[in-house]
Amino acid sequence: MELIKPGINIDFVGKMKLVFGISVAAMVISIASIIWHGGLNYGIDFAGGTLVQLKFQKATSTEQIRNAFKPIGLQSVVIQPYGDNEVVVRIGGDAAGKELSAMIDESLKATLGPGTFEVRRVEMVGPKVGKDLTQKAILAIVFSWIGMLAYIAWRFEFRYAVGGIAALVHDTTITIGAMSLLNKEFDLTIVAALLTIIGYSINDTIVVFDRIRENARKNIKLPLAQVVNDSINQTLSRTILMSFTVFLVLLALFFLGGPVIHDFSFALLVGVVVGTYSSIFVASPIVLVWEQIRPSKNKGKK
Amino acid sequence: MLKSIKLRALLALVVCLAGLFFLIPSMTSDLPDFWKKYLPTDKIRLGLDLQGGMHLVLEVHADKAVETTMERMAIDMRETLMDKKIRFRNIERTNTNQIALELPDSASRTAFEKLLKDSYPDLDVASSQITEGREAISLKMKDKRAADIKKLAVEQSLETIRNRVDQFGITEPEIITQGDDRIIVQLPGVKDAARAKNLIGKTALLEFKLVDEGNSLDGALKGIVPDGSMIAHGASLDRQTGRRVSVPYLLKSKTLMTGGSLENAQVKISDRFGEPYVALKFNAQGAKDFDRITAENVKKRLAIVLDGVVHSAPVIQERISGGDAQITGSFAMEEAKDLAIVLRAGALPAPVNILEERTVGPSLGQDSIDQGIRSVIIGGLLVALFMMIYYKLSGLVANLAFFLNLVIILGALAAFKATLTLPGIAALVLIIGMAVDANVLIFERVREELRLGKTPRAAIDAGYSKAFVTILDANTTTLIAALFLFGFGTGPIKGFAVTLSIGIVVSIFTAIFITRIIFDLFIWKRNVRSISI
Repeated sequence: MELIKPGINIDFVGKMKLVFGISVAAMVISIASIIWHGGLNYGIDFAGGTLVQLKFQKATSTEQIRNAFKPIGLQSVVIQPYGDNEVVVRIGGDAAGKELSAMIDESLKATLGPGTFEVRRVEMVGPKVGKDLTQKAILAIVFSWIGMLAYIAWRFEFRYAVGGIAALVHDTTITIGAMSLLNKEFDLTIVAALLTIIGYSINDTIVVFDRIRENARKNIKLPLAQVVNDSINQTLSRTILMSFTVFLVLLALFFLGGPVIHDFSFALLVGVVVGTYSSIFVASPIVLVWEQIRPSKNKGKK
Repeated sequence: MLKSIKLRALLALVVCLAGLFFLIPSMTSDLPDFWKKYLPTDKIRLGLDLQGGMHLVLEVHADKAVETTMERMAIDMRETLMDKKIRFRNIERTNTNQIALELPDSASRTAFEKLLKDSYPDLDVASSQITEGREAISLKMKDKRAADIKKLAVEQSLETIRNRVDQFGITEPEIITQGDDRIIVQLPGVKDAARAKNLIGKTALLEFKLVDEGNSLDGALKGIVPDGSMIAHGASLDRQTGRRVSVPYLLKSKTLMTGGSLENAQVKISDRFGEPYVALKFNAQGAKDFDRITAENVKKRLAIVLDGVVHSAPVIQERISGGDAQITGSFAMEEAKDLAIVLRAGALPAPVNILEERTVGPSLGQDSIDQGIRSVIIGGLLVALFMMIYYKLSGLVANLAFFLNLVIILGALAAFKATLTLPGIAALVLIIGMAVDANVLIFERVREELRLGKTPRAAIDAGYSKAFVTILDANTTTLIAALFLFGFGTGPIKGFAVTLSIGIVVSIFTAIFITRIIFDLFIWKRNVRSISI
């Protein structure tokens, strides 16, 4: 069975301008969404605060919960549904974190009765740790960009590295943008997803670069644009299939993995799709553009 | 690549069996005896998010330890100055952690200098001002000594918390330092998180101070606190209304004894009300001190202060020489037990602050495991199905490879004592997808070579060798990302990074090495005209 016919020859390079247009538009929308929402929907990992996950024996309305919180002054906290009869209560700031979960427990016991609910999870992040984690997260993302750049420059050539990192920045921005558009919470696991995407999206980019390198060696006389186009076409089957298999498993994770890693799998899903797109339409054309701006001294050797 | 297929097959078999052997203890609890003797018995370690438990990051206020030391020195210095009849005025600890005092004339100045050199080697003169023959002098602690105290404070806190957790009875707790002043506490399977937090965070400084009955409590409350005295509050349970009220006390600042003199603390039930109380037993020196203090202060009130709060202030009826004392007063049984634990384990040398807490209940943990396993199975099935449809028999080979992958990876996790977390299970699901990628790369390449007209054996050779470099490159980048994740992540994310890294290495191995063996087994010595790919 062949999803992609072997002799395929789409003119990817020719459509470069159109594709760049789409990519730039996507990135602009992403950044606009972030600005419009006033930043990202930071989870407690970065913003600090307390999170309590409660499971109720039978359906309990948000109002009932707020009533239970009134005596301890928490009636206006964020309460989000989380699953079957489960809610997540989020209390921002530094509100005496130590006693908070105990207070909530007692208050609920008093109003709704003991045994009608269960505290499934409590997370408290003080402001110091929050700042710490934010810093570490940003550093991790930036350093991994640099790490990838260095690796590709070493294995291939600098111009490939430029293409690679353009694709990476593109993917990271659009994935974050997607999270922002849907107002999904941005916490540590999402950063983990981003780093995974950074590592993974480079995979299929490398597959294409590998083929370009091989073809360039074989056909020294051909112009780079032609080589690039041929290579993309030849590896199309590979690139799409690789992403497809990962997409399949991520779907399983998204639907069956449970609420705790739901957002994580969503981010990965978006990342994989965008990553595939960028490997085909962004990475290689950027290599071309860079070549036109600064021709490589190693022409024909690599 | 080793040429001999027998050798390669053997190596592959060994690796797979090793994975299996390491994995089996996690799947069943009934291991036969001979297994327990020679073969691995460690189960896979589950993260807190899968087995339930509490993770705390504590910050030790080591500065406070320096403060407390300075405070004690100030009080001590006042006594010594009075004993040696050196005249001084207004000795106190300032809020910049220095001791400030006034020396009214040159005689006291000289005497003080000598005293400083002889008895207080850790103090340096920070500043001194002489006006009209009077010297206002400020003393500070030597930097090195301050640094030492802080370091010691963190170490002692670690020990003390370990002691307390030990007595609380958690299996396999993990308590380690992080950086200069943080302590990480992990308590898997803890049932009562609130109680555990309380037990760990309580400074539990027990002090015995005399109640200052010579001066006016009201006067002090209005703002005139006499030299050498302090105000403290205690909570008292009004038996009629059942509510706790705050009662002020005027105490003499000097701490006569601390919990450090305790040898033991136990919970006992009082005969009179059937209420629990904590029975204290002082050590040899402590008993002597207590004997002396009670003898000197009969009919006076001795305040028992816990963490700055007056617990009770009973009247000393008579001299107590046995070294026994009691802390009584409206305890719930658990409160009394916990107090006994912290007194036995010792006070924290400095207060600790909870910076971060992650507690997962066991039911959520179990749910996460179930959901995780389900995703792995369904994800695996989806991919397996696709591979068979798309690559036919070769797809079957790839499926076998990724199944072996899982076995080896889980075995490796058990062998390296790595921790499996919920994101780690997500990593497993990802690895299934990625492992197949490597196979896709190889198979697509083989298809290409077949299309160019090569024989099956030549096509397989070419496919594997040309794809090898690409597979290596592609997976190395994901490995780099995983390493960054490991470096920056904590807890569950570290678990993700570890599982991902091990998974990548193993999947490269199975994709290149093991599937190749299977192909070779089929093609070996047979003139195969076509392969199902």
